[in-house]
Amino acid sequence: MKKLLAISVAVMGFGTTAAVAETVGFSQIGSESGWRAAETTITRQQAEKRGIDLRFSDAQQRQENQIAALRSFVAQGVDAILLAPVVSTGWDNILMEARDAEIPVVLLDRRIDAPDDLYMTAVGADSVHEGEVAGGWLVDEVGDRQCNVVELQGTTGSSVAIERKQGFENAIADHPNISIIRSQTGDFTRSGGKEVMESFLQAENGGRNICALFSHNDDMAVGAIQAIKEAGLNPGEDILTVSIDGVPDYFRAMANGDANATVELTPNMAGPAFDALQAWWQDGTLPPKFIQTPSTLYTQADDPEGEYQRRKDLGY
Amino acid sequence: MPAAVKRILPQLITLLGVMVLVSLVFPDFLSIDYSDGRLVGPVIDVLKRGAPVALLAVGMTLVVATGGIDLSVGTLMAITGAVAAAAIVAGHGLVLAIVLALAAGLCAGGFSGFLVAVVGIQPIVATLILMISGRGIAQLITEGRILTFNMPGFAFLGSGTLLGVPVPVWIWLAVTALAIVIVRRTALGLLIESVGINRRASALAGVNARVILIAVYMASGLCAALAGIITTADIRGADANNAGLWLELDAILATVLGGNSLRGGRFSISAAVIGALIIQTINTGILLAGFPSEYNLVIKAVLVILILVVQSPSLAGDLKRLGSQLSRRAPRRSAKAAPQRSDR
Repeated sequence: MKKLLAISVAVMGFGTTAAVAETVGFSQIGSESGWRAAETTITRQQAEKRGIDLRFSDAQQRQENQIAALRSFVAQGVDAILLAPVVSTGWDNILMEARDAEIPVVLLDRRIDAPDDLYMTAVGADSVHEGEVAGGWLVDEVGDRQCNVVELQGTTGSSVAIERKQGFENAIADHPNISIIRSQTGDFTRSGGKEVMESFLQAENGGRNICALFSHNDDMAVGAIQAIKEAGLNPGEDILTVSIDGVPDYFRAMANGDANATVELTPNMAGPAFDALQAWWQDGTLPPKFIQTPSTLYTQADDPEGEYQRRKDLGY
Repeated sequence: MPAAVKRILPQLITLLGVMVLVSLVFPDFLSIDYSDGRLVGPVIDVLKRGAPVALLAVGMTLVVATGGIDLSVGTLMAITGAVAAAAIVAGHGLVLAIVLALAAGLCAGGFSGFLVAVVGIQPIVATLILMISGRGIAQLITEGRILTFNMPGFAFLGSGTLLGVPVPVWIWLAVTALAIVIVRRTALGLLIESVGINRRASALAGVNARVILIAVYMASGLCAALAGIITTADIRGADANNAGLWLELDAILATVLGGNSLRGGRFSISAAVIGALIIQTINTGILLAGFPSEYNLVIKAVLVILILVVQSPSLAGDLKRLGSQLSRRAPRRSAKAAPQRSDR
């Protein structure tokens, strides 16, 4: 129910001169977050770069809209379908229709509960791995030093929050000098991150007991960084911050020295998807059932200002 | 005891009780330090974090007193925050950003008020329209992303400090005081109550119910705009997806915790604001206690149910009756008191 008034189903074709241009339908969830908007932007860029005719459909967070969009893609006889599924169940029938029409379907970002012969491949990040990369950075950074970590969790019960937490815990498991002393949900929001961080600081001797912050996403971390500053501490030095997502505002915080590291969840899911499709069109190579996107670690040494400039117009 | 104090006594006792409870799980709850020219402590956090809901509760109490309800205030926070942020990003300066945000709140409140008072749509439906569609408006303004800005003057409204106390606290204190003065030092409060009790009768008695109704929804919109400004200033960005999400429900809860009947009629703004502080004390207490986050909502639910049951007038009557029956059974004690139901 987050997004109800939005751009209605818009079908946009990127004109290409090549007569043999492939047509790909893309059913996007909706504009639920800046990351999602960036994913849409990049998908369009990738299609344009490859001369693919992309038909875009915004589902406004509703599965029935996505099913309707897929059905219309099948009717139009597109060459392939990209689907960022809003929920994990209820896709079997429409995917069978696509299979009967011999249209390959590639899942983006999220997975579904359906037999895996109903889609060609799924492109996405491994959230456990993201947590492990974040934890690994902290392990390397603190060495043998004693380090108390506070954790800002994503929405309670969401698979991303569970898996990123699991990955981080895996990474610090063999390092008894690093321990998570407080962990609370900030609901993936900036204001949630700020409010919870304030209570962490309050509860841990004004923040003096805290050595590092691990946040399940950058938005919460950006809020928490403000809370740390307002408590009179220096984020990035007094309290190390490591987070996941790679949104522009966090890169700016890194450029200012207020944040230390982030693990990028790349919005470029379409690139690997188009690669797989083009290989299949060319010589019939079938991709593996899951294509894992890289989870790249960025630190202050990786030109955060440049990374900010590269991302700020992607729609985050 | 003055009547005004007597009215808010149950809420004050509840607030005290919740504070004691939180102190049990987090002993330093009441400690306040003074550092860098500002007060620091969990209680200060409660006062500051409680600002949005306290502001919403002021407007909500007025709407509820007319027998209405305003579900759109959470969404209005997102819209007004987006308007302010967009104005700042476009380079319009501090004053214009605030004025535009407040104007947006007034217009949206006026729209809901018009639907209720003139078109005659039931309040819950009339305000549901903006609650649902309003986030889309906010997202159109922010283009679906968090609209970040850098303007220390505006950020001051959310995270600044004046005389050692966070600015949001001053804002909700001032708005609450102003609202109380306006409705209690004039006949306005009485007129609002009369419209809430019987709109038709008050109209026949010469009260312009239509204007009163539109005015309370506009007041609610204005309060929501202030809450939106504070929230947006606090995180230095307008988050159309999440700003004020579900806060309309917290505002209604605060109003009810303040002993205001959803059927309209007599109301107390100060009690509703204390209700908002009760909710925030619970929220902050849960965060400080360090329980796993899966328990957050359960703890909150149990406490709220407990408070509402204890405050229930009919339960108070039952307890009194039970007490008198027990004393009647006891020998040598005369129990003449007839069971009484004390309905407020």
